[in-house]
Amino acid sequence: MKTILNTLYVQTQGSYLRLDHETLKLEVEKELKFQIPLHHLGGIVAFGNVLLSPFLIHKCAEDGRNLIWLTEYGRYKARLAGSTTGNVLLRRCQHQAVDSPESTLAIARYMVAGKLQNARSIVMRAAREAKDKTDKDILSKTAQIHAESIQNTETASDLDKLRGIEGYAAKAYFGSFTQMIRQNRIAFTFTERTKNPPRDPINALLSFVYTLLTNECISACESIGLDPQMGFLHALRPGKPSLALDLMEELRSPLADRLVLTLINRGQIKPEDFTERPGGAIYLSEDGRKTILAEYQKRKQEEITHPIVGSKIPLGLIPHVQARLLARHLRGDVPSYQPFILRG
Amino acid sequence: MFAADEYVMLSALQHFAFCPRQCALIHIEQAWAENIYTLRGLRVHEKVHQPGDELIEEGIRIERSLTLYSHQLGLKGIADVVEFLPDGTPYPVEYKSGSKKSRLADNIQLCAQALCLEEMLDRPVLKGAIFHHQSRRRRKVLLDDRLRSLTLQTIEQTRSLLALGKLPPPVKDKRCDDCSLIETCMPHAVNYFTESAHQNNPFLIK
Repeated sequence: MKTILNTLYVQTQGSYLRLDHETLKLEVEKELKFQIPLHHLGGIVAFGNVLLSPFLIHKCAEDGRNLIWLTEYGRYKARLAGSTTGNVLLRRCQHQAVDSPESTLAIARYMVAGKLQNARSIVMRAAREAKDKTDKDILSKTAQIHAESIQNTETASDLDKLRGIEGYAAKAYFGSFTQMIRQNRIAFTFTERTKNPPRDPINALLSFVYTLLTNECISACESIGLDPQMGFLHALRPGKPSLALDLMEELRSPLADRLVLTLINRGQIKPEDFTERPGGAIYLSEDGRKTILAEYQKRKQEEITHPIVGSKIPLGLIPHVQARLLARHLRGDVPSYQPFILRG
Repeated sequence: MFAADEYVMLSALQHFAFCPRQCALIHIEQAWAENIYTLRGLRVHEKVHQPGDELIEEGIRIERSLTLYSHQLGLKGIADVVEFLPDGTPYPVEYKSGSKKSRLADNIQLCAQALCLEEMLDRPVLKGAIFHHQSRRRRKVLLDDRLRSLTLQTIEQTRSLLALGKLPPPVKDKRCDDCSLIETCMPHAVNYFTESAHQNNPFLIK
């Protein structure tokens, strides 16, 4: 693979993207707005009414470049899939592992423990930085719950117990999310996770960033040759990308939640960036989405040393690296799936 | 003699001779990573790989993208270029984008092409060449007995590896610097796994 390449997010309605030799050209009302060599792009995300020329679509399919269609408001619609590739033996191993309760539990255990480790880091960091005593206490309690939950994951006897442990910790985590917010706390009060539709600004932010991350995890599975629907921790349901959601668990805090908190705490996202629709659904404005996408891109370029791979890797490649580590485990190359834990 | 799925790709021999794990990653795990080297290779081959024949000077005819096979050895593949000398002797020329790859691996691939041509056309092929695109130089290769026996040995080893369907461990030596598959191979993750997994232990509270 793979250097971290930019993803092009096209939000302007009525944009037309076309291929000119090896270059992508973006036109709005027949006027050229932007052009970029295609090989600089790892993927294209098109929001709403964005047109792409057939030749550009073909080229993306040939090169294995991601092409994702979302609604104008960022809800997933479709993705480009080229011909089926990858190792059929790997997919078979994946299915066999899902059929085996022991293998499933072992993999799911590492995934949950990884997720809770990363959630705990965020909470502990917020507790250290909290000025208010009540905030500090609530956050410390959440960190404590995570520490206990992490230890319980190691001995959880089955998948349901494991999911129970995760659910309990997640409740504490979201229950103290407001305590991590230091700006505009009244407007950004968070009570519980609501989706479809999000009912407050934080939920709108989380839903938006989670959508981006889910898509990257699906792409990661597909590019490694794993079946994104065949998961270990998440139950199998028609249409649900269970494995992508599995991989995403350990990445939510470091890649998505931290970004949302930073944007609010630095005042880059403000209460004015949201609109309420009849019935109480809260949506992000186009400007708000723009800010998030720009910061998300920046965050993905940040490099960390991967504890297992042993080299420096941009955060944006972590879904791919984790999918690959899982593939290596499923193919018997390494004895366990090691989640990505961002220390510090 | 060989079942259809026991035929070994000529390119697999080159991969195997370079690194058995690379061979398994490409031909078993179906991993392929485009990087600057492979993209350059693609450009070079785009030009070479337009099937057809043409005449060049002094009565030498050249065939591009010629499908090769050997039923006796269980080999298949495509030759970049085969030149036919005026007396009909085939002369395989393999195109390489850089000068990075191990010469031995390239020579083995070329020799296997010659073995195919000998069977297909029933005449001896004693010479061939590697064209290095970077330096625009042609390097003549003598297909002597030593190279032939090494090639036969490589064919058998490659076939066994592919039949086994398992990944050999990473080599983790200077070959890795030139390898386009290093991120897929994850030599560190595999060779130092026990140590890194111990450090990474997700159940440990720090």
